[in-house]
Amino acid sequence: MNKLIEMKNVMKKYPMGKTDFVALENIDLKFSEGEFTGIVGPSGSGKTTILNIIGSLDSQSSGDVLVMGKQIAKLSNTKSARLRSQKIGFIFQTYNLLPVYTVFENVEFPLLLLNMSKEKRKILVNEALKWVGLTDKIKSKPAQLSGGECQRVAIARAIVKEPKLVLADEPTANLDAENSHNILKMMKKINEETGTTFIFATHDAKVIKYITRKITLLDGSIAQDEIVSGG
Amino acid sequence: MLKFLAKGLMRDRSRSFFPILIIAAGVVLTVLFYSWINGFIGMIISENARFETGHVKIVTRAYNELIDQKPYDLGLMNVDKKLNYLNQNYPNMNWQPRIYFGALLDVPDENGETLQQGEVMGLGVDLFSDNFERNLLNLENALASGELPQKQGEILLSQEVASKLKVKLGDNVTMIGSTMFGSIAMYNFIVSGTVRFGIQAMDRGAVIADISDVRSFLDMKNTASEIFGFLPNYKEEKTYAISKEYNEKFSYENDEFSDIMLPLREQGQMSFMLASVDQRTGIFIFFFLFIMSIVLWNSGLMNGIRRYGEVGVRLAIGESKGHIYRAMIIEAIIIGIVATIIGTAIGLVFSYLLQHYGINISSLMRDANVIMSSTMRARVTTECYFVGFIPGVIASVIGACFAGIGIYRRNTAQLFKELEQ
Repeated sequence: MNKLIEMKNVMKKYPMGKTDFVALENIDLKFSEGEFTGIVGPSGSGKTTILNIIGSLDSQSSGDVLVMGKQIAKLSNTKSARLRSQKIGFIFQTYNLLPVYTVFENVEFPLLLLNMSKEKRKILVNEALKWVGLTDKIKSKPAQLSGGECQRVAIARAIVKEPKLVLADEPTANLDAENSHNILKMMKKINEETGTTFIFATHDAKVIKYITRKITLLDGSIAQDEIVSGG
Repeated sequence: MLKFLAKGLMRDRSRSFFPILIIAAGVVLTVLFYSWINGFIGMIISENARFETGHVKIVTRAYNELIDQKPYDLGLMNVDKKLNYLNQNYPNMNWQPRIYFGALLDVPDENGETLQQGEVMGLGVDLFSDNFERNLLNLENALASGELPQKQGEILLSQEVASKLKVKLGDNVTMIGSTMFGSIAMYNFIVSGTVRFGIQAMDRGAVIADISDVRSFLDMKNTASEIFGFLPNYKEEKTYAISKEYNEKFSYENDEFSDIMLPLREQGQMSFMLASVDQRTGIFIFFFLFIMSIVLWNSGLMNGIRRYGEVGVRLAIGESKGHIYRAMIIEAIIIGIVATIIGTAIGLVFSYLLQHYGINISSLMRDANVIMSSTMRARVTTECYFVGFIPGVIASVIGACFAGIGIYRRNTAQLFKELEQ
């Protein structure tokens, strides 16, 4: 499988008063296309920081990060925005849908940034909503949806542009068990059928059941990196 | 994309309706305050011009030295000749001779014995040649009872004087004073009416008679205390230009009885008062605009900061910082313009109402010595249509700009973190 992400000796420090807080240290990781990987660990272990760096929302203090052949640290604001808009989808714990827009419009938004025609946008949005089973809710606003439905819209928004990589930060943390399983099944299906790479930051045991690779972080360092069964 | 953003703007009341409400309210206050200040300055100028200064005024240099005492014995001679010259050389202006005098008003009983006496401040104006002075002094409207003098020998008393001295309409009164040459003077008048100007300094003790009667009373044939000049529309620069021209011809430093023409701003306390009013209103307007600008700048800033979360999502989805920043500024400009137009319209409605009806402040003016109307009015000028744009658009856009800078300064991940909170 093709290599998608490569992190070499990555370190991330945050200034904290007169000293620095080390969030990540000596991170060496490689991710290939089509992976369904979970980064697990307690709060503050550096899971979200890794996702932020991969997603070019943040940059490492030292080391190299290559995402789809691009050196993240060297990307300008515009170029990193372009990388995100074209190749990376995000799913958040709190869904973060834009509340004033309908389900259709929320899912359509990433496509607007790609200057796609209206017809093509319509086709892709409907397709994405079909994937998550929300074709009957296209005119609803986020406030009219349940938590599970909101997360499904967020997934549709993340996959609508057919990205190579989806980064999901605690996607099931706000959902009940049944909704969590449904969401995870859906993401697994997308991963298997489209080859989209999923990387999760989670400490939810339900997620761990579905992933095929588990990276355990502890105090900013990799404690374990193992292939697991992947439900 | 623009359509998408516009849709969001329309639907999100906290991004459109509330900011518009806050900015519009600020603009209403700004417009109202500005027109009110305009009205205040305009009132001072017009009221003083009507009663005290004209737009320009000609007096003798000697009279000017003691102008606060209104020394009519130092008044202008050969007034008819002067008026001819003025009317020929400044045909667009209206020239009016006036005599100000102090006298004792004696009210006799049926036997001709003194019943009441009181000091009055007299004003002799041309009541019969044309209606200019009647209109200028607004006598028709100021008339509280009776009628305006129809023939010579009739006089108007302020209502306060009439009631204090228990004078009735049609009563004979005697004015006692001294002539221009220092001898005792007496003159009988019939009270034709009473007036109330709403200007406390005038209402306290004024009497008004035709200038020919006053000339007879004070032995001031073809003379006047002052000649007032009125432009069709007051323009300060013009008053200075005319005064300069006139003084170059007729005013000599070594001749204390030569004429001197004084523009409104240069007369007595007016110079100091208007300079002080200009300065204070300038400071007021500056501070008011500054405060409004801070309020609206802050509103723009808060609106921007409140949306850092949304900015985080948009960045994550792939929108560039520059694009988000520009969209925020465009949004602020649109909101600022819409709110300013609404605020200006409402502010102008209130200002016009205030210009038309005014606010009665007579209770505050009871002991005032300055000539100032007891009804304060706003005055809408062209600037009132635009002044609201300073805090309404400029300040709120600057606020949004500052808030937007946060997008650049903050690490993207930090915005993202704020989004998650």
